[in-house]
Amino acid sequence: MSIDVYVPRDASALSLGAEGVARAIEEEARAQRSQVRLIRNGSRGLYWLEPMVEVALPHGRWAYGPVKREDVASLFAADFLQGGAHPLSQGPTEEIPYLKSQQRLTSARVGVIEPTSIADYVAHGGYLGLKRALAMTPAEIVQAVLDSGLRGRGGAAFPTGIKWKTVLDQPPAQKYVTCNADEGDSGTFSDRMLMEGDPLALIEGMTIAGIAVGATQGYIYLRVEYPHAYAALNEALNAARQANYLGRDIMGSGRQFELEVRLGAGAYICGEETSMLESLEGKRGEIRVRPPLPAIKGLFGQPTVVNNVVTLASIPIILARGAAYYRDFGTGKSRGTLPLQLAGNVRRGGLVERAFGLSLRELLYDYGGGSASGRPIRAVQVGGPLGAYIPASQFDVAIDYEALTGIGALLGHGGVVVFDDTVDMAHMARYAMEFCAIESCGKCTPCRIGSTRGVEVIDRIIEGVERERNLVLLEDLCETMLQGSLCGLGGMTPFPVQSILKHFREDFHARTRH
Amino acid sequence: MSRQSLSDAQRESVLQVIAKHKSRPGPLIEILHGVQASLGFVPPGAVPVIAEGLNLSRAEVHGVVTFYHFFRDHPVGRHVVRLCQAESCQAMGASALAAHAKRRLGIDFHETSADGAFTLEPVYCLGNCACSPALMIDGDLLGRVTPQDFDDMVTAGQAHP
Ligand SMILES: Cc1cc2nc3c(=O)[nH]c(=O)nc-3n(C[C@H](O)[C@H](O)[C@H](O)COP(=O)(O)O)c2cc1C
Ligand code: SF4
Ligand code: FES
Repeated sequence: MSIDVYVPRDASALSLGAEGVARAIEEEARAQRSQVRLIRNGSRGLYWLEPMVEVALPHGRWAYGPVKREDVASLFAADFLQGGAHPLSQGPTEEIPYLKSQQRLTSARVGVIEPTSIADYVAHGGYLGLKRALAMTPAEIVQAVLDSGLRGRGGAAFPTGIKWKTVLDQPPAQKYVTCNADEGDSGTFSDRMLMEGDPLALIEGMTIAGIAVGATQGYIYLRVEYPHAYAALNEALNAARQANYLGRDIMGSGRQFELEVRLGAGAYICGEETSMLESLEGKRGEIRVRPPLPAIKGLFGQPTVVNNVVTLASIPIILARGAAYYRDFGTGKSRGTLPLQLAGNVRRGGLVERAFGLSLRELLYDYGGGSASGRPIRAVQVGGPLGAYIPASQFDVAIDYEALTGIGALLGHGGVVVFDDTVDMAHMARYAMEFCAIESCGKCTPCRIGSTRGVEVIDRIIEGVERERNLVLLEDLCETMLQGSLCGLGGMTPFPVQSILKHFREDFHARTRH
Repeated sequence: MSRQSLSDAQRESVLQVIAKHKSRPGPLIEILHGVQASLGFVPPGAVPVIAEGLNLSRAEVHGVVTFYHFFRDHPVGRHVVRLCQAESCQAMGASALAAHAKRRLGIDFHETSADGAFTLEPVYCLGNCACSPALMIDGDLLGRVTPQDFDDMVTAGQAHP
């Protein structure tokens, strides 16, 4: 009998040497004549323990980490294949507190299964949602999604069921389902983890969407910075096609759905949905004026669903377990769970999927364990480069859409970036403007020119040149960008800047002019 | 050879890429990816060839090439290093790492080292934010990169063309 050993193929795990660990385990097993079956799973998202190696013991999986290539010989010497004691032993994986206290619905299989194996996927509840959906009318599927309370996880938090209903209500035509896998926000990686660790969940979610709205073709718009996800998705698509979960006769139902991955080309703005559609059509990613909504006139002018990876990957469980099951997690108008991503200067960075309502403080300290540097946490940026910086005095805020809006922040795609007290917040404000200038699609003046002016004004403030006058100018500039921008890039870049002006103003006064 | 003209081999690859993708919906970006993958960049001379193949104007094709940061119209070094400069990596010393990298290679961002081994590019998030600072060399991702790691990577990259 061979023993199953798991070494992640997740990009972050690979970035820390997982490939070398996998090779070393194979070599050592061969040398010792141990029967080992190496499985390349996704990551559990406990990144301070990556590369994390798991051994399947009769009573469950046992974790070792962080494992370096050089540790492999000693792991064998300690008989890790039987769960032997070793300094890197973390005990039973599911008992690690960081993981045990989570509520993993959308990411339940990530890190657990072999990502592109249909058999493993089905053995862990996969394709149950699609099976249910095939026995329902399109209107019933859309109703289930509405009832679940699911809101878009890409940032704008729009109710997914309403979007689907709009597409369903359009007269029969070539309709499309598109997945926004552009994941451009700093501090976010949940889309990536899902696509690498459980790509079939996304594929199943998109297939259900297609059946619900009457679309036969889907596209995944994937950022070019994610080559590992590209490979995993294409392997999974092939597996799904071969097993008739995609194609002309899905699960023998006579229903049809095809899916393909398209690569972006390094433009942050292409994460905005209309820019993404332009890019999918092979054009410059310039923002489209709304209306018409993409649901009415989207890809190639046809009715189109646009949803984020996490949104779509949450659909299978909603159909499989029922809308009420999903809706019963969460609080207020934020229903279900959100895979939060803990990043930056934090001791235990990773994926934390919890029902809405967890406090930011619990996330930062109970999960994160404080800063990586050991210094006090001074600021946290939530929701990517367009999100506000939150000061320590507000860490008790609950993580849900309304509570964060209430303190002038936003949740976005759920990325949380931690900074310790060595951060220069004036510099971060400058960076926000600089990023907008680099990534602007160029269509409106307040965004294109305003952001460049913003960098210059902040430089003058930092230098101490007419500081008070320039601070007023910066505030006016933020107002102009807020009011006069066509989309969220120009229209939200002021959020981080204003939050710094409000909570960290002293950093603009740090240097005096010589 | 003038800047505008393609060698016969280059023209042949461009035509092959066009033929492969032409019938797909919205094929231009796929074609540019194909050209850059086979030639290392999108030569200005490829623009009219692609425009003709897809029945677009040169201005349209040129407009797309220049819109996207990933496409480049000039050759690069044997290895392309993309250093993440976004917030999470900044929180873990990405600016200092960038300064070190520039010093070590003797170049600024968007430049190629004198020996032709490395081109240095900034990038804004690689999805490796729980392991910041991050960089990508060609298709390989690295996390928690120290200046020493960077130097080791440079030494290895110079040895292996
Ligand atoms: C500048 C900008 C960038 C965006 N980037 C992304 C992105 O990378 N991924 C994403 O899913 N949504 C992104 N969005 C939100 C999309 O426009 C859109 O709301 C979302 O894809 C809809 O899917 P959802 O309802 O499932 O969230 C971005 C929005 C703006 C304004
Ligand atoms: S706000 Fe900026 S990115 Fe958005 S449409 Fe205007 S110029 Fe383009
Ligand atoms: S911010 Fe550098 S990898 Fe995400």
